[in-house]
Amino acid sequence: MSELTLTVMRLGFLAVLWLFVIVAVQVIRSDLFGTKVTQRAGRRAEAPARAAPQQQRQQAAPAQPRQRRGGPTKLVVSQGSLTGTTVALQGQTITLGRAHDSTIVLDDDFASSRHARIYPDRDGQWIVEDLGSTNGTYLERARLTTPTPIPLGAPIRIGKTVIELRK
Amino acid sequence: MSSASNTTTISPVGAPNRRNTELALLLFAVAIPLLAYANVGLAKHGSVPAGMLGYGLGMGGFALVAHLVVRKFAPYADPLMLPIATLLNGLGLVLIYRLDQEPSVTTPALGGPRAPGQLLWSGLAVLLFIAVIVFLKDHRILNRYTYISGAAALLLLIAPMFFPAVNGSRLWIVIPGVGSIQPGEFAKIVLAVFFSGYLMVKRDALALASRRFMGMYLPRGRDLGPILVIWAVSMGILIVETDLGSTLLYFGLFVVMLYVATERTSWIVFGLLLAGGGATVVGMTSSHVKVRINEWLDPMQGVAQGLASEAAQVRWSFGSGGVLGTGLGQGYSRLIGGIGVKSDYILATVGEELGLAGVMAVLLLYGLLVERGMRTALAARDPFGKLLAVGLSSAMAIQVFVVAGGVTGLIPLTGMTMPFLAQGGSSVVANWALVAILLRISDTARRPAPAPAPSPDSEPTQVVRL
Repeated sequence: MSELTLTVMRLGFLAVLWLFVIVAVQVIRSDLFGTKVTQRAGRRAEAPARAAPQQQRQQAAPAQPRQRRGGPTKLVVSQGSLTGTTVALQGQTITLGRAHDSTIVLDDDFASSRHARIYPDRDGQWIVEDLGSTNGTYLERARLTTPTPIPLGAPIRIGKTVIELRK
Repeated sequence: MSSASNTTTISPVGAPNRRNTELALLLFAVAIPLLAYANVGLAKHGSVPAGMLGYGLGMGGFALVAHLVVRKFAPYADPLMLPIATLLNGLGLVLIYRLDQEPSVTTPALGGPRAPGQLLWSGLAVLLFIAVIVFLKDHRILNRYTYISGAAALLLLIAPMFFPAVNGSRLWIVIPGVGSIQPGEFAKIVLAVFFSGYLMVKRDALALASRRFMGMYLPRGRDLGPILVIWAVSMGILIVETDLGSTLLYFGLFVVMLYVATERTSWIVFGLLLAGGGATVVGMTSSHVKVRINEWLDPMQGVAQGLASEAAQVRWSFGSGGVLGTGLGQGYSRLIGGIGVKSDYILATVGEELGLAGVMAVLLLYGLLVERGMRTALAARDPFGKLLAVGLSSAMAIQVFVVAGGVTGLIPLTGMTMPFLAQGGSSVVANWALVAILLRISDTARRPAPAPAPSPDSEPTQVVRL
């Protein structure tokens, strides 16, 4: 067999072997599973048609107050595993807890499944209410016993998670 | 008012069913050894070897049957393990066939040509793989046999002591007229099952009931019992069966699983101290181990007298290969003396004929296989499956480390087989069974979670007419 053929085969075989390794790594790259982080805002903006049922639902909800000027516009998670998550405040009730249908699903051993909710009252003032959680909800340093108005920027602590309202 | 709430949600995503990817990779994995086979034939005889089509169809057939069984019985299993195992096994067959073409290492004293036997064992191994996938419906069944596995492992480890030593090590059960099996290869699977079941129950006691001393968690005396027993058993194997590789494998497996189960670094420190101390003492007393250690420290000691040690010959082999190798069938690994050229030292042939590039690719393939095992462990939902996947994949990782480290001179040379690659029936059968169990765990781990039962209060209230 000619030297040239054997050299080509030798290098070709190495190339094929490495190609297999590279393809295998590509398969791993496309094989991600576990949890997925979705930015809902972007998706909604692209599909305005989907907004219709959402609006209907909100109209069905009782007493949608107008947003107050100078009030908070977003809720920010500032500590805990969800740090950096923001939720726009648009008059809807925000539920917090480990239950999968919560607005913010807390992955926190110290949170109850339906831990607390944050909602606007008739004047548009945001209120936090503890829903009978085991470990309690803290506004600044005080444990909540009754629904309490939330000052701008005051930390609300649930387990290891801290959230606050911001402009 | 905009209707969207600007929120980020984190939702579980199931792994996709990747069977078609597996099939494509499997075809690739069958084609590569065939290319190598043709290459060997062209280099050694100047023609494509006869029976190339038959071997190709046979190997492809086996791979296809294995794939169809996985598709039917483990549809969500990992797509990479089966192709990688097939590729390594095929490459091993080609390398053994290639060494069979050298008359000086295929003498009747060395067992004659080894490739046909290895092919038979590979076929049996794939059958066992299929049987495990079909009959082991759920890996948690193994949890019921925790202590039986422990006893079986002990039996498998002790049995070779009653048979004559082969090449200085008592590793084989020799059945006259039938052949010899190496129970240690099976012991690693059974041991992983035992350790998983045992540690799943005892992990809290081992992790939490400890005193803090100098920044380390010291376990209680009674919790130390099992680790000392395992240490004594593996040291016993080292002394009686004079096999350093198995000792490293079993003890390393235990320390890795203990660490994974308890998250205590102190176990690793203890393990390394115990293993290091034990190995030093045995290395100074046992003559067989002493020879190995001396060869490791100074491989060139006999060269001047014309008595090059195997360790030196293996390293020359790697050196003569260089970066890109000499090409399949064109190396001189027949010059490695002793009996291990087709089994323990097969990586030297890879190093010489495929070069550094080939050795790196082969080691990466093992790395990918182990990585898929570890990924399976991360994704597994039950603690037993997690520990078992870690145990099986780290057993393979340690074995590859011991063999590759031995032939490249990182640690003393020990008699162990490279999984899938090296000649050895027990090894190839045991490793296919190991991959089958890993596939079964990964199928359970990647299977989409059943939909949660609807909560009663989410149902709308209904008026019930009575």
